[in-house]
Amino acid sequence: MKNEYIPQLSEIKEVIKHTDLEYTFRMAFDGEVKPGQFFEISIPKYGEAPISVSGIADGLVDFTIRRVGKVTNEVFENYVGDKLFIRGPYGNGFDIENYKGKEIVIIGGGTGVSPMRGVIQHFAANPQDAVSTTVIAGFKSPEDVLFKADFEEWSKTINVIKTVDNAPEGYEGPVGMVTKYIPDLKFKDIENAVFICVGPPIMIKFTIMEIQKLGIKDEQIWTSYERKMCCGLGKCGHCKMGDKYVCLDGPVFNYTEAKELFD
Amino acid sequence: MGYKFSKDEMAKIFAKLAQDYDVFAPVVKKGDGTFSDVDVVRYDQVTSLDEIEFNKKSDYSFKEALLPINETLFYFTEDETTVPKGPEKKRLIFLRSCDIHAVKRLDQIYLDNKFEDFYYKRTREMVRFVLMGCPNTCENGFCASMGTNETNQYDLYIKVNGDNAFVDVKNDEFTETFKNGALEDVKPDFVKENKVKVTLPKNITKETMSSELFKEYGSRCINCGRCNFVCPTCTCFSMQDIFYKDNEKVGERRRVWASCQVDGYTEIAGGHGFRNDNSDRMRFKVMHKIHDFEQRFGYQMCVGCGRCDDVCPEYISYSTLINKLAKECE
Repeated sequence: MKNEYIPQLSEIKEVIKHTDLEYTFRMAFDGEVKPGQFFEISIPKYGEAPISVSGIADGLVDFTIRRVGKVTNEVFENYVGDKLFIRGPYGNGFDIENYKGKEIVIIGGGTGVSPMRGVIQHFAANPQDAVSTTVIAGFKSPEDVLFKADFEEWSKTINVIKTVDNAPEGYEGPVGMVTKYIPDLKFKDIENAVFICVGPPIMIKFTIMEIQKLGIKDEQIWTSYERKMCCGLGKCGHCKMGDKYVCLDGPVFNYTEAKELFD
Repeated sequence: MGYKFSKDEMAKIFAKLAQDYDVFAPVVKKGDGTFSDVDVVRYDQVTSLDEIEFNKKSDYSFKEALLPINETLFYFTEDETTVPKGPEKKRLIFLRSCDIHAVKRLDQIYLDNKFEDFYYKRTREMVRFVLMGCPNTCENGFCASMGTNETNQYDLYIKVNGDNAFVDVKNDEFTETFKNGALEDVKPDFVKENKVKVTLPKNITKETMSSELFKEYGSRCINCGRCNFVCPTCTCFSMQDIFYKDNEKVGERRRVWASCQVDGYTEIAGGHGFRNDNSDRMRFKVMHKIHDFEQRFGYQMCVGCGRCDDVCPEYISYSTLINKLAKECE
């Protein structure tokens, strides 16, 4: 039987620096991956961290990593021409089929954009697959914006609102929380709308409150939860919420399910 | 098939068994208890029948004979990983009915919660279970309430009574070993009734989650995690990387038992935790044992061994909490 705990060495092919704290690591990986799934990334001595897939290409997988913990700090120090240990992919990921033919709104906060990037890429490259696609992405300040080149590219085919919470005077572009832009959304048929919303817990909470004000039903909303997934295999218990294991049953949940989950 | 032996004959057979199997059983550790001059009963490898503590309940469960407190998953040597060898010998584990029911819960998580666990499986396949009877109920156990007081899921049953020993052989692997005994009808001792009786809450709703009981009990909890560590059904662990001082290029990745009551259990990178309040942790543990697991797998997780009540330094009684909760949910 396969020993799932054994990681594979994967070469870092490219590093894209978004901010001082957030880089995208483009890594070698052969195998099937879906957006929204995650890998356990590790460096011997520092341990493992669950990181979501932020991009998928032939033989490649992207991880957008924020420098916030012991493992991620080490990843930032040791990347040059180097290799990392990875194992995965784990979790359910986003199923593109759920969103085809719909009026899609994708709302992300900070690194929360990463797990949805694959979904956005699909509909930006195939806009005809949806009635419409709108991305609302929020970052703390202009310095914290991730995927700058992507946003330029995406705005050619889909609606993109890239907003920052605060900006210095003279900043051109939307300012304010993502929730500010939700009431103005227009739909041809609100019943055919779907929302995907990923970000910090507090942002998800207020975003969903705002979405519900539009008359959107729970089953039209999708989110992805970030929890402490030590094993990714439904064994270590740290990510359990109610009768669900975020690593097995999630991290992507329809809101009908997500709203029932207690920490 | 049941057999009767003299205790001496049994001791000889046992010594031979201990050559073919690694035998794990509850033993009295003199003076190793929490307080000075207090004994503790916990699992260890034994080679003779006399070492086994048949009467007292073990303070810690059999779990560590199957799922070590810390287990090396693999060794690192620069870019290479090496998986340590599994057990070379088959294993005999002595345990009681409640604990045999707990094995089913461990199997559920480690073998049948989507992925199979490589390390658990290779040890589990080597294990045979020896049932120890319970002529009387233990102090805080409520196995009868949980329906775990009886079992037929054992390979052997062994009872030592004065100068005699009785065996029931269920697994043919042991027929040869015991075939010279006098035939006897041997029925395991099972508890019919406990002093502690537990009624599980029915109709658990979202309101149950915010019961004041969790605040009350949570406020007494000191987050030591002992209830989790003695529990035969708790399976959580954390990953840990260790590097050797004398050669920093070499190390190992381990998994180490974890507790949902101890700080840091839910903390993600960046420092955000999801259950910082003790009442939430208490609710999480209790709901897992009597509700969440059942919702997912169709049967209750708690086996009613009562070890959590025995060990709690704050005298928190899980069984009392559940009974109170059941009243609230009526």
